Amino acid sequence: MREFLAMGGYAAYVWPAFALSAAVLVYNAWAARRFRARELAAARRRMTSNARNER
Amino acid sequence: MWTWLHKLASPPHAFRLLDRMAPWFGVPACALIVIGAYWGLVEAPADYQQGDGFRILYVHAPAAWLSLSIYVVMAAAAAIGLIWRIKLAHAAAAASAPVGAAFTFLALATGSIWGKPMWGTWWVWDARLTSELILLFLYLGYLAFRASFDDVQRADRASAILAIVGVINVPIIHYSVEWWTTLHQPASVTRFAKPTIALSMLIPLFIMLAGYQLYFVWVLCRRLQGEILRRERSATWLATVEGTA
Repeated sequence: MREFLAMGGYAAYVWPAFALSAAVLVYNAWAARRFRARELAAARRRMTSNARNER
Repeated sequence: MWTWLHKLASPPHAFRLLDRMAPWFGVPACALIVIGAYWGLVEAPADYQQGDGFRILYVHAPAAWLSLSIYVVMAAAAAIGLIWRIKLAHAAAAASAPVGAAFTFLALATGSIWGKPMWGTWWVWDARLTSELILLFLYLGYLAFRASFDDVQRADRASAILAIVGVINVPIIHYSVEWWTTLHQPASVTRFAKPTIALSMLIPLFIMLAGYQLYFVWVLCRRLQGEILRRERSATWLATVEGTA
């Protein structure tokens, strides 16, 4: 296990590269879902205010 | 055929289709990336020159590959939107850009982390690295340019031209390792020649490439839904859309 974590002396490069990649993947997934949710809320607000204006 | 296409491109239909499609990309993407990372870190043998340091390949190459293919998708969508005036295509181009920028950043960052132990430097102004940096600026420029418009439709049309012109950079990046002498190693996998990499190292790379591609499609589905909503003005169908996720 210790040998695996040491990555043949490249631990200081391999692990940050993988950690950064994981962080970017997780962030993008989260940001995409948040974007969708925000646009949905904004579109619904527009719709209700349009309906009110027409009355 | 055309009526079918027209129906497909109608906002409510596209939105619901994307809702149904997304999990079919998201779930396999997660599985492939986890399997590929395990295989690349544990099962693949160490490189005879680069030792265990070469394992960065498994996160660097898929990110770099995506950074280019996303740009091609973005420029193609922008061109389709411009030529045939299809709102959905413009929406797809706009949805691709932030993801492309993220993967270009990731390719540059992991490449830099790889370069330090192998080349002895974090950065060098050679053809491959510089052209990839320009790609990042193209994405960021595209996003900033879009943000400068209040009207979505004007932003779509104007930024489409920027996206299409910038596509010239894609072959430059791809062939930079052949056209100029660079520190960057040449491609290990090409379409026309036998790969110069052992099969035991190649399989996890393909798994990661496939995982990243599917991941991009999943993110694109979700972002495209947001872009469709942004372009909606009078949409009674919104009431039938469920929840937030």
